[in-house]
Amino acid sequence: MDDIAHSLAMIVGEAYFSNQPEEAYFYARDPGLMPPHKPDYVVVPKSVEEIQEIARLASREKIPLVPMGAGLALTGLTIPLKGGIVMDMKRMNRILKVNEKARHVIVEGGTSQGLLKAYLEKNYPRLRHSMPDSPATATIAANVMIHGQGRLTQQYGFNSDMISGLEVVLASGEVCKIGSCSMSPDWFSKGAPMPDLTGLFLGWFGATGIITKVAVKLYPKKKMRDVEIFITDREDLVPDMVYELTHTEMVEDINIFAQPKPMIFKDNHHIAIFITGDTDEELEFKRKMTWYSLDRFIKSKDGGFMGVPPVMKPTLLEMPQRSVSRFADVKKGGGFEYSGPIIMVEKYPECAHKIVELAEKYDLGYSGMARIIGRSHAMMYGFAFTFNRADPDMMDRTRKALHEVSEFALEAGGVFWKATVDEQKMAMEKMDPNTLGIMKMIKENLDPNGIMNPGNWEVI
Amino acid sequence: MYELKFDENLCKTCPTGDCLVKCQYLDVEKKTAVEEMVKIGQGEDSFVLQDCVTCYACEEYCKRGNHPFYLITERREEKGILTSPRAITKQWINIGEPQGKYRLGDVKERVLSFGFMPEFLQWVKGKLFEDVMPSYIFGQEFFCNVVYIHFANTSIIKERLPKVVDNFRKLGVKEVIFVHDECYGAFAHLAPAYGIEVPFKSVHYFEYLYNRLKELKDFIKPLNIRAAYQRPCSSRLSSDQHHFVADIMELIGVDLIERKYQGENALCCGGIYAMAFGYDLAHDVQKRNIDDMVEHGAQYCIFNCPACQSSIGAEVAKRGIKPIHLIHLCKMAIGEM
Repeated sequence: MDDIAHSLAMIVGEAYFSNQPEEAYFYARDPGLMPPHKPDYVVVPKSVEEIQEIARLASREKIPLVPMGAGLALTGLTIPLKGGIVMDMKRMNRILKVNEKARHVIVEGGTSQGLLKAYLEKNYPRLRHSMPDSPATATIAANVMIHGQGRLTQQYGFNSDMISGLEVVLASGEVCKIGSCSMSPDWFSKGAPMPDLTGLFLGWFGATGIITKVAVKLYPKKKMRDVEIFITDREDLVPDMVYELTHTEMVEDINIFAQPKPMIFKDNHHIAIFITGDTDEELEFKRKMTWYSLDRFIKSKDGGFMGVPPVMKPTLLEMPQRSVSRFADVKKGGGFEYSGPIIMVEKYPECAHKIVELAEKYDLGYSGMARIIGRSHAMMYGFAFTFNRADPDMMDRTRKALHEVSEFALEAGGVFWKATVDEQKMAMEKMDPNTLGIMKMIKENLDPNGIMNPGNWEVI
Repeated sequence: MYELKFDENLCKTCPTGDCLVKCQYLDVEKKTAVEEMVKIGQGEDSFVLQDCVTCYACEEYCKRGNHPFYLITERREEKGILTSPRAITKQWINIGEPQGKYRLGDVKERVLSFGFMPEFLQWVKGKLFEDVMPSYIFGQEFFCNVVYIHFANTSIIKERLPKVVDNFRKLGVKEVIFVHDECYGAFAHLAPAYGIEVPFKSVHYFEYLYNRLKELKDFIKPLNIRAAYQRPCSSRLSSDQHHFVADIMELIGVDLIERKYQGENALCCGGIYAMAFGYDLAHDVQKRNIDDMVEHGAQYCIFNCPACQSSIGAEVAKRGIKPIHLIHLCKMAIGEM
């Protein structure tokens, strides 16, 4: 064992360190299409102090350090592009504090979505957090880091907008608190009314620091939840429909999907509208308001509410939805990847055309899906393709299709979500030079040795 | 091409105009009713073509067998008058498209047809159907397609139904017991109206259950409950079978409550209305219907059509009435539930 390996093993304990090929194989890849690259070392720390020691060691030895949640981004964000240390955060999974009345929770940086959901259901049944539709093992810290979205995104924006405090270990090994927690025992604000420094870390994919604690806002959990699906064959009207729905301020979440199979979904765009209530009366009132909001489209015959079969409802209402994993196996090879640019809702028709065009051009199975962010302020449009992992040609066609999505998204005025390294480069080329200059200043100051998740956001 | 058998003179000489006079959604007296139907028959415009909500009931109200609803449907399609949003119509047409995924049991000359409602395969287990099972068919290839009259689209029916008939013919079946009564209506009512020849005997599952329960009378324990019956739109195409509901209830000891919205005055479940017209009509019809069940002391609501049960079953349950399909009620009576 070399000196670095020995030092790392001493820090986290031998059971939580590896430089063996088995671990290197797994930590070299994610479930997406990016080519693998092996780390030299894998560590699974248990405490902030251990993380500080690892960061100091990495800085001193100038070894790349890649923090990792569940590694589910699909775009290669935790693949150690330049080797070095992958830091798996899963043991940092404690729920530290819930402030029920102030509706926030403080968790460690490796706490999973599923763990928090289960904890709240058991201990605080009137509270919930914004659950993304990723697998339940996805971590809360990584999700806010990538500006993920969840079930409450239509109401409250990106999941990162729901942060109320951060604790970060810098490349230097220093611990830094962000938000009200920097001067108060209470984690109720991520910045306001002080300078908001969360932007130094969010969206950087670990290239500026490692989130060791995060506080996220919790929201009222109603006793009942239901879903309605409005369908239309006019994609050009979808933005207007979303505008009307969001005007009601009665909706929990709005997802839109269009896909050719099964036959019940062919030819139409489906706006899934989630509503909640504490009583039958509240739920019915919201249902009525949402139906009324789309009445003009029903009268013009441009859209209508489909009957959602009772057998379909549990699938739609589960959190997270597992239908994505079923979609991944449409081609009987377990392959699934999507590019999900954040883009204006008015671009929905163009996105809907583009995915069909690409699916035909590259002969791929597809699903187009959008999640509305805020009151129609933006949307994530997921260009999702399914492929057989045992079919290299199909995988290559998928890569080409996703590359075209990237070009399309930029041209249409969108920005990349969970940008791949190539997309990061494309974004930086298009970005205002002064904006890029600020990013460069941040990166150089927070990571002077360039050890933090190198390859990502490498400002030229 | 198959054409509807419609006799304009029967409308001109109609003594009642019942098709529209009895309509629960239009306010029409006899003179207007006759005039409008004649106009429709002659291909002229009529407010009826705009305002009909597709409840099918006029097919039953017309005692002269002149198919007013099929005529309205034909004319709507000719004039491009949509009843439902295009997306809803497309969705339903896509759902019914044959996919080569049909399922056949051990098909004999006498066979059960589930249309393409897969739940029936589970429901027909037990004594009630053991003298037919496992002779069954299921899948879009055997789907009657009648539902498209809700969507003013008879051309798809005329295109698909003869192929479905042919699929039955290829199986060599002599008698088909339809577990969904809309399918029975397709072969016993709609097909003859369009001159589509049906090469087998159609049996409604009501009749089958009635006869079977008589055979199983030693197993029957009267249920001693009060129940309302939710009559579906499709039942208007098989009104000659409707009496079996009361007959079966008598056999199994169910007090079928007398209420306002029963028999010819039955109200639709509202499922199609919601899809076609939005919240208000569906909600109004459902509320009046369920209020009526409650007011008359129903303990159970008996469903004939699974789609009706899907539409209002939960709402019925919220009002303290147990929703149950007729097949399950019969199973309950012979101790199988």
